[in-house]
Amino acid sequence: MTLLIEAFEPYLLPLIRIFVVFLGISLIVAYLVYAERKILAHLQVRLGPMRVGPHGLLQPIADGLKLLLKEDIIPAGADKRVFWLAPVISVIAAFTGFALVPFAPNFMITDVNVGLLFLIGISSLGILGIILGGWASNSHYPLLGALRSTAQLVSYEVALGFALVSALLLSGTLSMRGIVEAQAEQGLWFAFVQPVAFFILLVAAIAETNRNPFDLPEAESELVAGFHTEYSGFRFSLYFLAEYAAMVLVSSIAVTLFLGGWLRPFPSVAALDFLEYTPVAVLLGAAAWCFRATLRLPAAREWRWQRLLMLGLAAGAAAIGVALLTPGRFLPWWQEGQPVFPLLDAIQGVFWFMLKVFGFLYAFIWFRGTFPRYRFDQLMNLGWRFMIPVAIANVIFCAVAIVLSQRLGWNLLASLWLGTAATLLVAAALRRGES
Amino acid sequence: MSFAQVVFYGLAAITVISALLVITRRNPVHSAIYLIITLLAVALLFLQLQAEFIAAVQIILYIGGIMVLFLFVIMLVNLDVAMRQEQFNRQWWVAGLAALLLAAELAAVIYLGRGTAELPQAPAGALQPNTELIGTTLYRDYMLPFEIASLLLLVAMVGAVLMARRRAS
Amino acid sequence: MVPTWHYLMLSAALLTIGVIGVLTRRNVIIILMSIELILNAVNLNLVAFSRQLADVSGQIFTIFVITVAAAEAAVGLGILIAFFRNRDTVNADEIDLLKW
Repeated sequence: MTLLIEAFEPYLLPLIRIFVVFLGISLIVAYLVYAERKILAHLQVRLGPMRVGPHGLLQPIADGLKLLLKEDIIPAGADKRVFWLAPVISVIAAFTGFALVPFAPNFMITDVNVGLLFLIGISSLGILGIILGGWASNSHYPLLGALRSTAQLVSYEVALGFALVSALLLSGTLSMRGIVEAQAEQGLWFAFVQPVAFFILLVAAIAETNRNPFDLPEAESELVAGFHTEYSGFRFSLYFLAEYAAMVLVSSIAVTLFLGGWLRPFPSVAALDFLEYTPVAVLLGAAAWCFRATLRLPAAREWRWQRLLMLGLAAGAAAIGVALLTPGRFLPWWQEGQPVFPLLDAIQGVFWFMLKVFGFLYAFIWFRGTFPRYRFDQLMNLGWRFMIPVAIANVIFCAVAIVLSQRLGWNLLASLWLGTAATLLVAAALRRGES
Repeated sequence: MSFAQVVFYGLAAITVISALLVITRRNPVHSAIYLIITLLAVALLFLQLQAEFIAAVQIILYIGGIMVLFLFVIMLVNLDVAMRQEQFNRQWWVAGLAALLLAAELAAVIYLGRGTAELPQAPAGALQPNTELIGTTLYRDYMLPFEIASLLLLVAMVGAVLMARRRAS
Repeated sequence: MVPTWHYLMLSAALLTIGVIGVLTRRNVIIILMSIELILNAVNLNLVAFSRQLADVSGQIFTIFVITVAAAEAAVGLGILIAFFRNRDTVNADEIDLLKW
């Protein structure tokens, strides 16, 4: 027995991390679905889920149970094994990418020195899940939806790759951890020196996850439900899970490459050190809001469990917020040279990372509630005739800018902004050429 | 049996079995899926050979590009008739014989010739950092083949679009 | 460390399977897939020797082989689609007339 444990010893910590990340991402995805419904509802001046639990907070659990208990229908003439395999490929591709994402300097599953390349490869594998699912359904709506979706994904993957290369020019390494450390070293987030690449990454990320305004392949008014029309019950929940996990994954990639990953805003400026208390402020704010919501719930007897639930949430958030502020003296492993609030310090990286990722996810949901859908030929036109040329121009001009700053001694920031201006000129010329 | 040997034999088994399944399936989509598994196993073998850039390029280009292209074409072409026909052609036994002869010859040459050439034993981390090394060598020593490859891709793109276009006649 | 001749044997096996596929099957798509198997066998050979000789040229040549494989697959499938539109078959044995 001890031999077994000794054999497992080097793999124990990564296994625990994998477990934590898997659980965490599943929770985030489940509540992302709820958040999307709530945010879309508020954008459309209605309330969204309110009945299942206080303010609909238990809706994801009800949805999950419903999907698990639904009848599993396989269309007649469908290829059973490929029908089973396709959502599994999508989910595996979506979740495997999280092994390469650096959540915090002290919390990442692994750091591969070609991490970014493998992330691109894994998103290419995800495309296979869509095309096989569409074909295996033996029905024309899924087939058309899968073909359209695959064409869109492949086109925007090229633009995504070029946008990532623009960030790589500045960081000099493909390792995800190395990219964040390069941003820490150079003292700036790459989004401020490569705004065009950031914008292209944002657009390509939305197209890669089949979200509005690029969601023609799964739009209800167009193709019933696209490639997952014939899927029901647990298989559909796998596709659903894969789509939202892919959303979180591309947001994580964008945050790591352009928004500084786990870095606090202005980490080198000592005057802004009070920003380190933001987690406590956010948790206490959430606790206050839940408490206010408890008071506003009806005082009737049948609402009692909902009021208790909200109160429990408020108490939990407040407790965690206060626990973060325990001074080091009360913790057994604390020594003199370590920071004053070690728990707060440990959670800094993950907090800022998740805050930025949630900001991105809010943007995804906001765009869904705001923009009309692109028609498929407009979508392909945009991808091939605007995004890719502008992305290539960005890579060329920013590479020239970096060489100029290295050889001629120009200021790096100034030359990069010059390169960005040249790219914007190219983009304007392309737009005028089309209209 | 070290860990490296176990990994190699496992991946080699997966590669050979998937390759055999590729050439024997009736349904081309099943063949394509087994080819994807073969390509993934080869990518993992590249990883074991410490060529991580080539492994990543194999996954991105071969599986994410070429196999998606294959699956696209399989779906655009109506293969119901082809699936009901005879799958192997009439001279399959001649082909099999010739291929087995070729295999026996290759195996004999490789097995009998192992260790005869005085090849230096390279240290483990010789080609690291892999991506940077490939990048600098590709753009310095192999610049001309690189440019020719890009021209080749342009020609292939133009040719493929021209071939697959519907003639409005 | 796994000796290089193990990788060469595996590469020879893949090559043979690919050759059998090209020579035996009737469906042109499967023939094209078998060609991809042959090219992968070559790639494995190149990378194995690149590691043995500590020379990166093997890996660079592998990149070129993958590029050429992509170009050839694209053109081959384009020809296949054009032919399917005219003759409505993907059977290699039925594509046997130079001029209709």
